[in-house]
Amino acid sequence: MHKFDEMYEQLPYAGAAVREHYKRYEQWLARQPIDLMRSRREEAELIFRRVGITFAVYGAKDEDGSGTERLIPFDLLPRIIPSDEWTTMQKGLAQRANALNRFLHDVYHDQEILRAGIIAREQIENNAQFRPQMMGVDLPNNVYSSIAGIDIVRAPDSSGKGEYFVLEDNLRVPSGVSYMLENRKMMMRLFPELFSQNRVAPVAHYPDLLLETLRACATHTMSDPSVVVLTPGMYNSAYFEHAFLAQQMGVELVEVQDLFVKEDFVYKRTTHGPRRVDVIYRRVDDDFLDPEVFRPESTLGCAGLMRAYRAGNVVICNAVGTGVADDKSIYPYVPKMIEFYLGEKPILKNVPTHVCRNKDDLAYTLANLKDLVVKEVHGAGGYGMLIGPAATQAEIEDFRKAIIAKPDGYIAQPTLSLSSSPTFVESGIAPRHIDLRPFVLTGKEVQMVPGGLTRVALKEGSLVVNSSQGGGTKDTWVLEGERRGTRAQAQTQTQSQSQD
Amino acid sequence: MLSRTADHLFWMSRYTERAENTARLLDVNYQTSLLPQSAEVAKYGWQGLLSISELLPAFTQKYDQITPEATMEFMVKDESNPSSIISCLRAARENARAVRGDLTTEAWETQNTTWLEVKRILRGNEFERDPGQFFEWVKFRSHLSRGVTLGTMLQDDAFYFSRLGTFLERADNTARLIDVKFHALNSEFFGAATEEDQEYDFYHWSAILRSVSAFEVYRKVYRDTIKPERVAELLILRPDMPRSLRGCMHEVVANLDRLKNEQSADTLRRAGKLLADLQYGRDEEILATGLHAYLTQFLDRVNDLGVGVSKDFLVPTT
Repeated sequence: MHKFDEMYEQLPYAGAAVREHYKRYEQWLARQPIDLMRSRREEAELIFRRVGITFAVYGAKDEDGSGTERLIPFDLLPRIIPSDEWTTMQKGLAQRANALNRFLHDVYHDQEILRAGIIAREQIENNAQFRPQMMGVDLPNNVYSSIAGIDIVRAPDSSGKGEYFVLEDNLRVPSGVSYMLENRKMMMRLFPELFSQNRVAPVAHYPDLLLETLRACATHTMSDPSVVVLTPGMYNSAYFEHAFLAQQMGVELVEVQDLFVKEDFVYKRTTHGPRRVDVIYRRVDDDFLDPEVFRPESTLGCAGLMRAYRAGNVVICNAVGTGVADDKSIYPYVPKMIEFYLGEKPILKNVPTHVCRNKDDLAYTLANLKDLVVKEVHGAGGYGMLIGPAATQAEIEDFRKAIIAKPDGYIAQPTLSLSSSPTFVESGIAPRHIDLRPFVLTGKEVQMVPGGLTRVALKEGSLVVNSSQGGGTKDTWVLEGERRGTRAQAQTQTQSQSQD
Repeated sequence: MLSRTADHLFWMSRYTERAENTARLLDVNYQTSLLPQSAEVAKYGWQGLLSISELLPAFTQKYDQITPEATMEFMVKDESNPSSIISCLRAARENARAVRGDLTTEAWETQNTTWLEVKRILRGNEFERDPGQFFEWVKFRSHLSRGVTLGTMLQDDAFYFSRLGTFLERADNTARLIDVKFHALNSEFFGAATEEDQEYDFYHWSAILRSVSAFEVYRKVYRDTIKPERVAELLILRPDMPRSLRGCMHEVVANLDRLKNEQSADTLRRAGKLLADLQYGRDEEILATGLHAYLTQFLDRVNDLGVGVSKDFLVPTT
């Protein structure tokens, strides 16, 4: 099988040629003593701990039996993307986000795509993430997923050249953007010289773009809209990110018990009495928003929130019901959506996918289990997955039974040889598999900061990059093209990053 | 600001202050225990400490005997004791973490680092090797956290709630500290009969002064030997003593006044009344009431203010 490495032309690294856009970095790296890199890594870990950039693991204990907070391993070696690749990817991401938002609006209104027979009706209506309560609800700008995380992988084509594929869309509450920002901060702190030598596109203005996006979601009746970030609380695994984003945007971080609904308006409880809330950037799942509608037995949630929402008195971002579009069973249809709604050719490719609810695909899947990756359509976080080539015969047979019992619960994809990137591990610098999650913001228009969060599977040979399964992260550099000003200007941009 | 946020800030400061004062209290007892004294007197000292902290029942449930080692372990490292230093620092940090976005980076990192460090220190035997140094460390982390807040935070409601917590807790803790001897001997202290008692008194009162960093201040203000009524005046009535009851209440009233809302008028009134009693009080009156009775009444009123703050600001009913 072909392998593709982001930095070197081929594997193993010894004697391999370096790709053009990595050359300057590679020369720098070659001059760094390994001990220096080790001490930098320790320094980074210390700082992450002090700053409290951690994620909570449910049920886990520290060695002293107290905390449940873990660091996400941070890799010192950046992943670098040349500007022309990013320019294309950015167009593809915007196109995809647009089509997905059009699809969501359509699903909850006229359902043209169902009537055109492109997607089967039962695939929507039997989907647990489809929210009938959203039928006919009009949203500002018709935007459902204001914040989308679209996971991109690169795999070699038949000639061994790398090609980008969309692995999945995250349209509900995608997380990880705080690590993107903190990783950059850390790199600039540990290796300031790298940022004067390389023209790295800045990312620190993400919170400004996010706030602009959220405010753009407000309706015209909300003058100077009051925006809040809604978190499940400090024991949630992504709590750091929720607090971080609220602080960076200068808005209030609320929990659901801080909110209440009166006469279809949402208020927060403050020390000076109730105050109106206009836009909620929620980081909780649909199920826990409003017990009146979603989980009558739940004590969580803000009773009446959906009434206020449907009355147009509050905006919830991302909208309720976006999960129907990021399901793995819907994913195979995104290229068709792009053609259907936008009349364009998809810029970014999907990974070829066999949908087991189709007879032919099912037969193919069952015949080739040992070569395929099989995924539960509702699975997430790297769970509920069969990686054929790495599985035992027993695991394969278990999956076979499960697929036969419930074909529409599964999709299958060829095992991609994810691209690798040099990574600093115990034995030194070695290739590890990576992916990329750019964050796509849709308000009045689509915006994003260059790059995104690169996740890396730290275990040798592993293809699973999720932090819950031992994945780490890297800083992601999009190199700016030479045409854009002098190096000095690039430097000042990394310091004052609110323009652009 | 959000009521929940205010609640976390208020308690973050209260727990930080409580950790500091527990360290002060333990340090005093530890230093006193190094003086020549009978085993019985020494035991009274530790017993008094547990008693003013209202922890005697919880302690005797776990330990058979009151020993310095057991008391210190219980008050420093025992996580089942909600008033131990480690529990206070954990609670301070948990509260800070819940509102980290409302703190400055420095303020949050100070709280977080204190927590990471105290875990490290108590895992080894650093504390047992030198308890005095550990208590100093706790005090300085508290100074640092207060200083960072003062030096970096915008002076808005978040800041005022944090300050309110600090001074309400300090008022409570200082009152308990002054009352420690009553608890130790279970009797009033004035008019010690024998010379031995007088000598003990001297060490006792100088220890209390030291525990609130007021020994040198006493010398400077009174230029006199240590006399109980003057200690009481300094720690209760002086407006310029940062840890005196009056000093604390002055801050409580000032911060409450800045925070006032539609419900809080009565709490502010009661706080002001308590401050006025201190402003216009005289040491003879206190002695006439009896110090212990006076302090007990003060603690009740401070507790009542805490309830008022909670009701007016922190857990409002819609």
